[in-house]
Amino acid sequence: MAILHTVNKSPFERNALESCLRLAKAGSSVLLFEDGVIGAMRNTRFSEKVAQAMDDYSFYVLGPDIQARGLDNDKVIDGIQVVDYNGFVDLTTEHDTVQSWL
Amino acid sequence: MKFGIVVNEGPYTHQSSDSALQFVKAALQKGHEIFRVFFYHDGVNNGTSLGVPPQDDRNLTLEWSGLAEKHGLDLVVCVAAAQRRGILDEDEMGRHGKSANNLAPGFRISGLGQLIESGIQSDRLVTFGD
Repeated sequence: MAILHTVNKSPFERNALESCLRLAKAGSSVLLFEDGVIGAMRNTRFSEKVAQAMDDYSFYVLGPDIQARGLDNDKVIDGIQVVDYNGFVDLTTEHDTVQSWL
Repeated sequence: MKFGIVVNEGPYTHQSSDSALQFVKAALQKGHEIFRVFFYHDGVNNGTSLGVPPQDDRNLTLEWSGLAEKHGLDLVVCVAAAQRRGILDEDEMGRHGKSANNLAPGFRISGLGQLIESGIQSDRLVTFGD
């Protein structure tokens, strides 16, 4: 069963992303949105961990939440796909269920 | 596809209400059905008609109400969470002997059974919260 995991907290604030990556089954997808977009940025303490997790998971990040924070799509880790709200909706329909890591 | 939405956080707190609103708008635009939006915990604060945000700010309650009117959305506020936080409709006002009610147009007060039903009836249940 394909699960979409949504993470809306910065990895510098809470351990939602780490918990998600520890427990999600390989083959799942992870969408980073709201403050979670920080986890998609290059050159942070968590970048390497996320880059490694890409062996097991497909990563997505919500573009409007990157821009809302004055960040840049160019700074997103290679291989993470930037989506908009339409893409968010599509991700939920393409997966069997949605798990929100609050 | 049929969506159930859960909002666990009040407006202007972090971003959940905004995110849920944008998600619902996108889903409707794509032709999906929103079976219900369930407001739980602090999320019930989205349903107060007494909020007066600055004029140059978005009014999330009005946005939800407007969306409900336009698309016939079912906006359900959890009764227990609402009573604790002073969100009352006319019935609840009378039942508890209060002097005012403040549930915004398009919202209705009901119980957790509505959340369970939303989980059963919807193809996807998407939760927004803190």
